[in-house]
Amino acid sequence: MNRRQAYEVGQRRRALAIAGLSTAAVLLAIILLVPLAPGWTQVRASFFDGGIFIETFPTLLRAFLVDIAIFAWSVPLIFGLGLAIALARGARAPALFPLRIFGALYVDVFRGVPVVLVIYLVGFGVPGLGLPRPWNSPYIWGTVALVLTYSAYIAEVLRSGIESIHASQRAAAICLGLSERDTMRYVILPQAIRRVVPANMNMLVALQKDVALLSFIGPVEILRQAGIYKSLLANFTPYVVAAVIFLIVTVPATRYADYLMNRDRNARS
Amino acid sequence: MLKCLATASFGAMLMASSALAQSCADGKTLTEGKLTIATGNPAYYPWVIDDAPESGEGFEAAVAYALAKEMGFAAEDVVWTRTSFDQAIQPGEKDFDINMQQFSITPERDKVVDFSASYYTAAMAVIVRGSDAVEPDMAVLKGLKWGVVASTTALPMVTQTIAPDASPLIYDDTANVVEAMKASQIDAALFDLPTALYVAAVMLEGGRVLGQFPAEEGPDADRFGALMTDGNPLKECVDQALVGLKSDGRLSAIEAKWLQQATDVPLIK
Repeated sequence: MNRRQAYEVGQRRRALAIAGLSTAAVLLAIILLVPLAPGWTQVRASFFDGGIFIETFPTLLRAFLVDIAIFAWSVPLIFGLGLAIALARGARAPALFPLRIFGALYVDVFRGVPVVLVIYLVGFGVPGLGLPRPWNSPYIWGTVALVLTYSAYIAEVLRSGIESIHASQRAAAICLGLSERDTMRYVILPQAIRRVVPANMNMLVALQKDVALLSFIGPVEILRQAGIYKSLLANFTPYVVAAVIFLIVTVPATRYADYLMNRDRNARS
Repeated sequence: MLKCLATASFGAMLMASSALAQSCADGKTLTEGKLTIATGNPAYYPWVIDDAPESGEGFEAAVAYALAKEMGFAAEDVVWTRTSFDQAIQPGEKDFDINMQQFSITPERDKVVDFSASYYTAAMAVIVRGSDAVEPDMAVLKGLKWGVVASTTALPMVTQTIAPDASPLIYDDTANVVEAMKASQIDAALFDLPTALYVAAVMLEGGRVLGQFPAEEGPDADRFGALMTDGNPLKECVDQALVGLKSDGRLSAIEAKWLQQATDVPLIK
């Protein structure tokens, strides 16, 4: 090890020590100072009741399976519709102009309206037209509401991916004799989709949380189950349990999105 | 001179003691000389008429003013505020002295907040829509799809007493349950009787109160109490005032005036 390397190792060690110390100081301050607040005992009793935590955890975990199921069947629908809308917005033939208008309108409307509102409108409104059971299930129409909203977001993400592909790629594909359709399918889309994977991961994390909004129209998923416990026990600990369960799923997902984003950046630089 | 002073101090003591006897609530309310009462947002018929508790119209509004009078507050010293269920049970300072919005007294809730003695014992009633074929019979009720409001004690009643074959759907408030009934996502809903009567008559077209479960006087009865912060010294004053209202029949008179239709609904066997 030469002198310069030794110096750099020393510097790195010093930086690590300082980071460790300052983190410890902040943690210690939180641990020591928060309990000094006058309302801490009540807050602890209301939000961090160990007994209630253990009692409600299994049921809430089971309720979370409902969220996962809704999420699982929504994602393929969202990507399918999102891709269709993105392609519609990118349609170049003059005859397809109505399709472009439709795509733009669709994105404007469903990206502009709060998810909860769409869930109420579609979840209560469409079944209210007189559909027979089981076709009026809140699971079906709640999913439709999620798909409508999120496909608008995903369509925009995909469109930005498609537009980020340099025009020379298209020109080259046409020179090689590929049709417009094949150009899109074999040249543009594979590159575009790969480029927007990190952004789409973020959308999935957001969707994972928004699934809980379906509880407004009836399904008893984790947020609703926590709310039921809250009103039975007059205690907010079940919400903390729900938050912990959500974190168990979303933190790895977010980290994975970060990893993908970094890899993408490194690959490009 | 000494005698004169003694008389004066005796007089002052007399005045003080008479003032003390007059108002138990002195110095125990948020604002001296005012009684701040919270109700729901919105507050529903027949508990509060037209969402205007200041008018004293509606059962809970009338009880509130009677209570205030009994506790030594003039009608103009009653200040109204609004809270949600969650705001009522969250830890920390509250912006109300007492909160009246059909809070059912339960042992679990009593650990976190204080309840007054009960001012009403509610029977639970079943609402159905249209179809005369449904009988007020337990076996029939088991086969229905149920909906209830999450924060009410109707939920344990449905899951434990009725124990339907299909798991119930849960909603945030009365309006959402009504919407789900209109969309025929649920067959039946359980409310306290006065709310059920209102829903059937006004909110739900074709709605019908199928029958009521008897309001038992036992420990399982659904009794409404005014909610206060835990350990609130005002509790004894409220309880004392309620005893006064009950003993001379004033509470029954208020009940008869605002909740009288509740009498001729068939019992469920």
